[in-house]
Amino acid sequence: MVSSVVGVDFMTSRKNILSRILSQYGISLALLIEIILFSRLSPFFFTTENILNVTLQISITAIIAAGMTFVILTAGIDLSVGALVALSGVLATSVLKLPIPLIYSFPLFLATGILVGVFSGWLSAFFITRFNVTPFIVTLALMSIWRGGAYLYTGGRPVWGLPHAFSMLGGGRVAGIPLPTLIMLAVYAAAYIVLQYTRFGRHVYAVGGNQEAARLAGINTKRVLRQVYILCGVLSALSGMLLASRMNSGQPNAGLMYELDVIAAVVVGGASLFGGRGSIVGTFVGAMLIGVSRNGLNLLNVNSYIQQIIVGLVILVAVMLDQMRKR
Amino acid sequence: MSSSPLLEMLHITKQYPGVLALDDVTFDLYAGEVHCLVGENGAGKTTLIKILSGALPKDVGELRVNGKPVFLHSPADAFEAGIGIIHQDFKLVPELTVAENIFLGREPCRGRSPFIDFEKMREGARAVLAQLGESLDPRARIGTLSVAQRQVVEIAKSLSGKNRILAMDEPSAALTGKELKNLFAVIRRMQEEGVGIIYISHRIDEIFEIGTRVTVLRDGKHVHTCKTSEADRRGLVSWMVGREMDQEYPKVRLQRGKEILRLENLNGGKLRNIHLAVYQGEILGLAGLVGAGRTELARLIFGADRLENGRILLDGKEIHPHSPRDAIDAGIGLLTEDRNRYGLIMEMSIEKNITLSNLKAVSRGGFIQGEKERGAAQQFAEELRIKTPSLDREVSTLSGGNRQKVVLARWLFTRSRLLLFDEPTAGIDVGVKYEIYNLLNQLALNGKGVVIISSDLPELLGLCDRIVVLCEGRITGELSREEATEEKIMLLATSVVDMRGHRDDREA
Ligand SMILES: Nc1ncnc2c1ncn2[C@@H]1O[C@H](COP(=O)(O)OP(=O)(O)OP(=O)(O)O)[C@@H](O)[C@H]1O
Ligand SMILES: [Mg+2]
Repeated sequence: MVSSVVGVDFMTSRKNILSRILSQYGISLALLIEIILFSRLSPFFFTTENILNVTLQISITAIIAAGMTFVILTAGIDLSVGALVALSGVLATSVLKLPIPLIYSFPLFLATGILVGVFSGWLSAFFITRFNVTPFIVTLALMSIWRGGAYLYTGGRPVWGLPHAFSMLGGGRVAGIPLPTLIMLAVYAAAYIVLQYTRFGRHVYAVGGNQEAARLAGINTKRVLRQVYILCGVLSALSGMLLASRMNSGQPNAGLMYELDVIAAVVVGGASLFGGRGSIVGTFVGAMLIGVSRNGLNLLNVNSYIQQIIVGLVILVAVMLDQMRKR
Repeated sequence: MSSSPLLEMLHITKQYPGVLALDDVTFDLYAGEVHCLVGENGAGKTTLIKILSGALPKDVGELRVNGKPVFLHSPADAFEAGIGIIHQDFKLVPELTVAENIFLGREPCRGRSPFIDFEKMREGARAVLAQLGESLDPRARIGTLSVAQRQVVEIAKSLSGKNRILAMDEPSAALTGKELKNLFAVIRRMQEEGVGIIYISHRIDEIFEIGTRVTVLRDGKHVHTCKTSEADRRGLVSWMVGREMDQEYPKVRLQRGKEILRLENLNGGKLRNIHLAVYQGEILGLAGLVGAGRTELARLIFGADRLENGRILLDGKEIHPHSPRDAIDAGIGLLTEDRNRYGLIMEMSIEKNITLSNLKAVSRGGFIQGEKERGAAQQFAEELRIKTPSLDREVSTLSGGNRQKVVLARWLFTRSRLLLFDEPTAGIDVGVKYEIYNLLNQLALNGKGVVIISSDLPELLGLCDRIVVLCEGRITGELSREEATEEKIMLLATSVVDMRGHRDDREA
């Protein structure tokens, strides 16, 4: 009779070990190569200050990318994140202009921003689950609406004249580490735990893998989708508030084209746009890969037009590596 | 039978990570014969067919057609060589229509233009479907069809070409009665035309009915090849499982206990006026033709489809399952037909698929406890003998029958009060079937309600205490274990059609 060997994996050939390494570390390998390369080319690259700088630069989009990972895992997409950065930024900062002390207005500021994120995510999920509209089109529409809303609300002008202490949020440091970097790390740690160890995380993978099978297995798929879009909305709003603080103003044109960077980070990180496959660690590495490319090229004084081309090529090579491992 | 073989597969070896799927297997096929391929789940049958289809590269070995070596690097090569394949997990595009799927890749065009001649395509599709005695609408989308209907389309697809070799991987797993007869008729006709056919099935009766020769694989190795006329059932089974098996249907008769489920005047979808009761200590079978409404009935009880009206009582209390979650919480489980589409999350590991419906049992405060989860999954994997090097493997790496065991394990783990099994043994080998039957008996013994839908009539007869027959959405009769025979079931399963047929005659 057939024996059911349940236990260790036997790796049988050299090729398998290689594909195994590639599959787990494919993108990390690309990142490592990039880091070594830039360290050779520029003496300023591999310094504590510059590495912290990279993490600060990527923090805004990386935080959104954590939320986007959840969305993409369910086979969805959220294109409204960039516009949401702007909308939450201008709405939340306008609260700071109220004639009350910052200790009172700051919590209100946070609450406003987060509410905007919750509302946007809820609305996306509502159209997606209730009317069966594809996420792409729903969030494309919301992208346009929120951006227009941000311009309309501010009359096209930034929200200026914010309390000076407010810039601490995006510009402050704790133990030498930028606050946005710390927030980003906290978001990733939490997202990792949620995806790996909670029922909700498991449901996210299941819904993305096969929505109907997940429903028939007893998962409330609509609720999972709602939670996922709300999460992505809230993290976008959080980024919007951090960005506003760094610019010490609420800009209606903030976060333009962020959705592309964010989606690139997730997909470069190994997530499948068809859902069910991907990891939060991968997304982080993906965001780092793009951030390191930009930073390194800047240090090398590469012309910004050429930079764009190179970043595009890096993305192509990274996803190609990822596809090769699946062979 | 001509003297030289049509197809030779020589010394084929195929290694997957951690699994030697085929080990020096040699197989041949003559024109005009039906060569059956049997063996346990994971024996390597599908792997052999995939190599023949050009979709999977072999590690070692040689393929010859009409004595000449052939090299199949892609399914297109196989198609060129006149090899047709009916895949175990269908290769149909759900968004396309029946006709578009049947002619996929060789759409008829208007003259030499690039425009598809849809009229011709639909006619062609209708013609092949008619060969199979099926009146499916060629314009219907695959996604809207039942498993059995899709099986018919998959078969039709392989018939529409000019194949000299046709490999059928469990074509009958979802078929009953009429469809099965039609399939056999088509096979016999092709046999006369000199086509060589490879036929895979876990239903032993079929092997003797249709087969010329039979080859047994076990654990990736060739065990035995002989004429079916020289083999007997017992011998075949013992070659497959490697030991003697005395009986196929273990049956424990129990005292019928109290009522667990009661359906009163249920309506929904095509179902009309369904009255039904399920008792403790019995196994209830639902029989009927393809499209009779058996699956729909199970889905209604499970909250997967919308109930128009009627009452569902579980243990005497009315319940209102609006979603599968509601039903599961109330204590009802449904093992769906079509494991690939409605059962499994392919990208997830075996372990995660097993615990998916009952994560609560292995978690605390929303957090999954790894140890506990592993323990539960392991227990069921061993009980059902899921063949894999590791439970961390993706379900997609399992053979068809082993995938079925994963879904089974999932529902056993929910420990539901009432379990509905829709084709529980589809694609499962004789040895494991026997164990599943024991498990079902055990469930009944433990006071659970057990309902089985199966297109395998001998299985229903061997296993059930009571069989309820549906036809076109209505219950047309009920048979006790003692009364039930295949003929009686088929009669009831076609009764409404006949009645209506008569009426139409009179009016015409
Ligand atoms: N993609 C894959 N990766 C790893 N192992 C695989 C893969 N596909 C199949 N296998 C393994 O190869 C073995 C043979 O599988 P195969 O599908 O040929 O079995 P089978 O005889 O068709 O079984 P069944 O009756 O269940 O359909 C099994 O142990 C299976 O787990
Ligand atoms: Mg198989």
